Amino acid sequence: MTMNDAKQMTRQISVKTADLTRRFGKFTAVDRVSIEVYQGEIFGFLGANGAGKTTMIRMLCGLLAPSEGSGSVAGYDIYRQSEAIKRRIGYMSQKFSLYDDLTISENIEFYGGVYGLSRALIRERKEALIRQVGLEAFADKLTRELPLGFKQRLALGCALLHDPPIVFLDEPTSGVDPEARRGFWDLIYQTVALGKTVFVTTHFMDEAEYCHRVSIMREGKLIALDTPAKLKQQYGRSNMQDVFVALVKE
Amino acid sequence: MNAIEIKDFHKSYGTVDAVRGVSMEVKRGELFGLIGPDGAGKTTLLRAICTLLLPDRGSILVDGLNTTRDAARIRSILGYMPQRFSLYQDLSVEQNLRFFADLFQVPEKERLERLERLYHFSRLGPFKKRFAGALSGGMKQKLALSCALIHTPAILVLDEPTYGVDPVSRQEFWDILRLIRQEGTAILVSTAYMDEADQCERVALFFKGRIAGIGAPEALKNRYRYPLYRLEAEDVRRLRDFFRSLPEVQSTQLFGDALHASFTQPPDSRQWSEWQAASSGNLTSWSPQPPTIEDVFLALIAESEANDSEAQ
Ligand SMILES: Nc1ncnc2c1ncn2[C@@H]1O[C@H](COP(=O)(O)OP(=O)(O)OP(=O)(O)O)[C@@H](O)[C@H]1O
Ligand SMILES: [Mg+2]
Repeated sequence: MTMNDAKQMTRQISVKTADLTRRFGKFTAVDRVSIEVYQGEIFGFLGANGAGKTTMIRMLCGLLAPSEGSGSVAGYDIYRQSEAIKRRIGYMSQKFSLYDDLTISENIEFYGGVYGLSRALIRERKEALIRQVGLEAFADKLTRELPLGFKQRLALGCALLHDPPIVFLDEPTSGVDPEARRGFWDLIYQTVALGKTVFVTTHFMDEAEYCHRVSIMREGKLIALDTPAKLKQQYGRSNMQDVFVALVKE
Repeated sequence: MNAIEIKDFHKSYGTVDAVRGVSMEVKRGELFGLIGPDGAGKTTLLRAICTLLLPDRGSILVDGLNTTRDAARIRSILGYMPQRFSLYQDLSVEQNLRFFADLFQVPEKERLERLERLYHFSRLGPFKKRFAGALSGGMKQKLALSCALIHTPAILVLDEPTYGVDPVSRQEFWDILRLIRQEGTAILVSTAYMDEADQCERVALFFKGRIAGIGAPEALKNRYRYPLYRLEAEDVRRLRDFFRSLPEVQSTQLFGDALHASFTQPPDSRQWSEWQAASSGNLTSWSPQPPTIEDVFLALIAESEANDSEAQ
């Protein structure tokens, strides 16, 4: 056993599912998926369009009831304790993250309020966040006016406002340019350096390489789960783009 | 005559200068890519070409027609897919496609051929009866694309068509674009994916409302000025931090599991061994790297940021 294996065995589990399933009518969107995600890990969640990534995330965030199977997030049961889960996670949805017609400052205050933070705490974290994202000069501008890359960094900051141990990021870098995507991933690395767990979906295969472990879904089923290095070795490909294409395109 | 001809186009919103003097043309039957960071002004330019906003200064000709005077005629020859285009959520996949085929008066025979091709790329065939509102994000995007591609206009303008589209479908989408181009359509497409720029005949690098470079992808790559290397490491982020601190290093950028580093001078073998030792063996391999469009793009941004901070 290597040091790393030993470390992983003693690591705390942040997210665990067993045979988690979701059906819409006769259609099975997520089909008996079992995963374990460790604390402090960047867990990449890949798959073709419609593979079931967002459906899976919505179940884990307590936003959608599973049809079958079990799961826990931060030690809480996804069926019975979804309220406790909501307080302990951050979530950046694929469609929507910030209100375009609020100013940057108002968006942060809004999220602080949703998470039930005190006024004093909101003020403190707002200033820190605006500084971290480099938006000092723009606090009173409408969010709509921000380039997408900044918006997404700000949205991540909002999802972390209540200091949750786990964040779920659903395609945070879609449409974001190469420079801003690198900036966003630096933030993800800063986030896990604090001991937090990051669960992230992406269609950029260079970003798949930045994850500690990667899972690939196809038509609702989990078809691969390992470190990028091991997946490349296993499928005899030199990069994750080729691994993905080989696995998804039959 | 060119398909699109833009002369000294300017557009501001209040105090924000979105586009500041752009001149370029798209030739007939050309596949032309527009790349640039968020907020560079790409969407403004595309919307102006589609007659949806008027230039403050300069002119845009589409198939020889002026966007300020001939909007109606331009709209009849030009196909446009806006960014984040949303469909009829309460119509099924099939109904949406049929709606657009009717709208564009696509003849029945052609329609079937096209639908087959589009269903192949989108993989939406099994979901014909599903409401658009119940599709995943990327499936919606692919349906929107299919609706835009159901007819073949003389000129096609696509604003970030592959937003949220998975890697396999992205390849197939570009295969379709090449087919459409072979049929004679001029295509102008913006994208955040640098590998897609390589699929275009010519590319304009858009930056802060201006064109910072224009030409064939290969020609743009040849402009990269510094010796560039691909480095591999046990821990590539740690390697980046190490190389960033070296005076000989001009830039460092992560590219998946590797680091691209450019130098003021090509390093010699003595330097490489020194760095290998100094990084405690973290550096495992290095080789010259031909610049990619992404390298060119990132260098351009870095250069501009350096100029900005000098100016302050
Ligand atoms: N309310 C619903 N009714 C019917 N089908 C649904 C519903 N919600 C989702 N689906 C289907 O479930 C499947 C999985 O969708 P999901 O959004 O999880 O995919 P995804 O992996 O996130 O894809 P993308 O990469 O495009 O975001 C899709 O076929 C989708 O159409
Ligand atoms: Mg999704």
